[in-house]
Amino acid sequence: MSATVSSRQPLDPAAPARTTPRGEKGRGRAGRQLHGGKITYAVLILFTIGSLFPLVWTAIAASRTNTRLAQTPPPLWFGGNLFNNLDKAWNGANMGTALLNTTVVAGTVAASTVLFSTIAGFAFAKLRFRFKNILLMLTIGTMMVPPQLSVVPLYMMVAKLEWTDQLQAVIVPTLVSAFGVFFMRQYLSQALPTELIEAARMDGASSLRIIWHVVFPAARPAMAVLGMLTFVQSWNDFFWPFIALTQNGNPTMQVALTGLSRGYTPDQSLIMAGALLGTLPLLIAFVLFGKQIVGGIMQGAVKG
Amino acid sequence: MTAPSGFTPDTAAPPAGQGGAAPRAATAPAPDPAEQRRRDRRSRRYRWDVRWSPYAFVAPFFVFFAAFGLFPLLYTGWASLHQVELTSPTHMEWAGWHNYSRLWEDEFFWKALRNTFTIGVISTVPQLMMALGIAHLLNYRLRASMFFRVAILTPYATSVAAATLVFALLFGHDYGMVNWSLGLVGLDGIDWQNGTWTSQIAVSTIVIWRWTGYNALIYLAAMQAVPNDLYESAALDGASRWKQFLHVTVPSLRPTILFTVVVSTIGATQLFGEPLLFNTAGTATGGADHQYQTLGLYMYEQGWVNLHLGRASAIAWTMFLILLLIAAANALFARRLRKSQ
Repeated sequence: MSATVSSRQPLDPAAPARTTPRGEKGRGRAGRQLHGGKITYAVLILFTIGSLFPLVWTAIAASRTNTRLAQTPPPLWFGGNLFNNLDKAWNGANMGTALLNTTVVAGTVAASTVLFSTIAGFAFAKLRFRFKNILLMLTIGTMMVPPQLSVVPLYMMVAKLEWTDQLQAVIVPTLVSAFGVFFMRQYLSQALPTELIEAARMDGASSLRIIWHVVFPAARPAMAVLGMLTFVQSWNDFFWPFIALTQNGNPTMQVALTGLSRGYTPDQSLIMAGALLGTLPLLIAFVLFGKQIVGGIMQGAVKG
Repeated sequence: MTAPSGFTPDTAAPPAGQGGAAPRAATAPAPDPAEQRRRDRRSRRYRWDVRWSPYAFVAPFFVFFAAFGLFPLLYTGWASLHQVELTSPTHMEWAGWHNYSRLWEDEFFWKALRNTFTIGVISTVPQLMMALGIAHLLNYRLRASMFFRVAILTPYATSVAAATLVFALLFGHDYGMVNWSLGLVGLDGIDWQNGTWTSQIAVSTIVIWRWTGYNALIYLAAMQAVPNDLYESAALDGASRWKQFLHVTVPSLRPTILFTVVVSTIGATQLFGEPLLFNTAGTATGGADHQYQTLGLYMYEQGWVNLHLGRASAIAWTMFLILLLIAAANALFARRLRKSQ
């Protein structure tokens, strides 16, 4: 809700204007070099609270009992029921299996996406072959197509292969990504000097050797970024897993969460414990690698 | 000898003979026959490698891409012309345009279309405007700027499912925190579930919360690429910071803004998890009165609750056509913007 509070502020002309020290006009100090003033900080802090509060509150709710959550002043501080709820979710509601499944899915998908995207991206960035531009346009064009559009045939395929409720139903269709290929192509066309490949060629290196010894080392930073982004996306993927996997069969975290909320009297503290379990691994990753993830998204934006 | 076409720069001409690094060209003195054969073999292998490996490198991507992306995309169109039931998804019966004409007469389809549009607008417009403002503030030199960047991106790490379940609780009628806070300032509690606007605002809030930070970082990246002298000359002309923001920052960001508009629009047309899970009754109707059922959710309801996969395909293709229309409108809009500049 503080999001709506801050919605006016950033566009308020007063906020940035006050941060301009007088007399600097014409001294060649441009926007991004100026220090933010008090109002800048105030707005950003409000916005940060708005971003983080629902997450903190999830932990608070997960540490309470179901009865306490159905009382009028909502809990604003932690209670003593966290481990009880987590245990109920982990063992009783099969969240442990779901967590393991999600890790397997997201790990496999991220690794395979990074591998295939790097190789294909390299070919698109640095090699010459017929139909290259047509294939690249095709790749980019379908990035715009929503997944809903292919879900019915995918479901038929999965049914025919008898993969329903099995993890490969979720993994196999997402092993490659058009975005990944495009991302690596953009990175490699700038970061990988063509002379380096030519030199390796002169030395008689085969294409596979060049991939291994020249392309992979040059692509490493982008591979890390793509891997992180794909992992987060796959971890949080909802639509297709929800259709391909049922809640009681072999769910991923997101599918298992929907199972928790069904029923006549859902246990809210249990749901919040599940939500916490499903989010915590990525939150920890954000604390550890936040800087790199931010950098990756900003880089993807510039190059994309 | 055919010129090797593989490992050469895109722009430069393919190396001819000598420079092409083909080992064969390097021979000067007469070699013995065995040596010659080995060289020939190596040269053949080299040419073969250069010629075909690019295809080998893109092949895995395109094999999966064709099987799980392109083929289903087209097959959906084919399935939409058939009657297919979820109970036997491989049995298809020709139905012509029947699925589409059924949609045309279906009041819930029109409702879902309208809801998708209104939720799309009330989630996308404030989201992108806030993101632009936040990015502008983050573009100042700040203490702890990395902390702010990571903090505003954190919602991106939460899933639709987790975020929606949490927000459904926060927006609860009797014990929800939002209504409790409204009560603190003397306002009546709002029925976030059952009203048309209120439920749509609540669903949009989830979208806004998850994606504003992400878009802000994309804008920030673009802002940092704006050359300084543009601001300098604007400042020389006496433009205030607000004017500079309007007349330097925003125009420079135009391609990025267009990009985020397109991406958010696509995201809005496929909204599914939020309206599904915001419904505490646990059905796919998007509220008792379908008041926040989106096209994506409607498609799921038709296909996987009412078991009509053919009709679900027809909805999917209708969504595709709508997206194409939006893309065309965007392109037109972008052209007019460029002309007016």
